[in-house]
Amino acid sequence: MTTARENSLVGCHHCNLIVAVGPDDIGLAPKIMCPRCSSVLHQRKPNSIARSWALLIAAVILYIPANTIPIMTVTSFGEGSPDTIMSGVIHLLEADQIPIAALVFFASIVVPIFKIVMISMILISVQFKSGWRAKDRTLIYRLTEVVGRWSMIDIFMISILVGLVKLGNIATIEVGFGAVAFAAVVVLTMFSATYFDPRLIWDHAQSNELMED
Amino acid sequence: MNIHADLIACHECDLLHQIVALDSGSQANCIRCGAKLYKEIRNSLDRTLSLTVTGLILFLLANFYPLLTFEMQGRSQQNNLISGVLEFFSSGFWGLGILVFLVSIIFPLIYLLGMAYVLVPLRMGHKPWKMISVFKVVDYLRPWAMIEVYMLGIIVAIVKLSDFATITPGIALFSFAGLFVVIAAANASLDPRIVWRSVDIDGEY
Ligand SMILES: [Zn+2]
Repeated sequence: MTTARENSLVGCHHCNLIVAVGPDDIGLAPKIMCPRCSSVLHQRKPNSIARSWALLIAAVILYIPANTIPIMTVTSFGEGSPDTIMSGVIHLLEADQIPIAALVFFASIVVPIFKIVMISMILISVQFKSGWRAKDRTLIYRLTEVVGRWSMIDIFMISILVGLVKLGNIATIEVGFGAVAFAAVVVLTMFSATYFDPRLIWDHAQSNELMED
Repeated sequence: MNIHADLIACHECDLLHQIVALDSGSQANCIRCGAKLYKEIRNSLDRTLSLTVTGLILFLLANFYPLLTFEMQGRSQQNNLISGVLEFFSSGFWGLGILVFLVSIIFPLIYLLGMAYVLVPLRMGHKPWKMISVFKVVDYLRPWAMIEVYMLGIIVAIVKLSDFATITPGIALFSFAGLFVVIAAANASLDPRIVWRSVDIDGEY
């Protein structure tokens, strides 16, 4: 079993065509294009570790306002009740909407933390050139890519509420800055996962791991 | 440039595999990390094309009919898919408005139109102008067209309001739910190789 890189080949990111390149061709100007779809060919995504880190750190910083500043305020008969991400979940629990509360808890609380912790762990392991449990780390990476977008549920819920509940002093709903920070966390972690190149996990996997499978 | 049409590299671990013919409905996975390599889908072109056209019709219905009606204390209010975006704009939340507008309306529309642009001519046996660029855009936008996530957002909003108000679903809600199913099915039935196979590479292929 050998990789494309070990054979001086590169697989196009977009159309999967395998193109033969010299061992030193990649990363040198002029850029090499895929002969089928004209995408720029890379053995590995350029600067992926630095880009993933930068976006992830920005997400970690915004994670704090996202969870402490209200995402929206419901005002009814002059009385305003601000909601944070967590208090929204608690209100659903108090209203006995258990499945919906579980869904929002998972999408808005579990998924962002899971993504931040797992991407950090994968980045650190790659920087330490670890070959440890490469298959499991790839699986976790795949999972963070799939579940990331589901955190947008709360943002879309707010979008429905602010467009619908506009009854003057009976009931109105206002957006809070927490929602901006939260949306930014979701988008930044999505880009962080996209910029990471999972093939880096395998570049340091030991040959004995290859034998096991 | 030298190409190898009989090989594929795993996009998650870079392992090389020989491409083999598959029975329809079966999928080839990477033997090292388990990532999906390719899948053989029966009638991929026809199925994806009809789902795409259905999707465009549902998209129009979802955007032009009322989504929900909200009644409280004898007063009522209706919204459309775009209402929340407009409300974000008018209250000064430009970033949120643009984000929600893009991922719930613009990207799904570009996705559906792009698919139709590529697949209708292919079905009739020729390649549209700039096919590859359009198809790459469609491929890139896929995770950012968040119809199914938005659908859950609507459900959560309905549950939150149903405690103190009466909520009546409109035609757009059912169209949107249909769109969610149709886009998921179109994603599952598209074999991107039907597009790539239609491209010749300077006689070397
Ligand atoms: Zn693999």
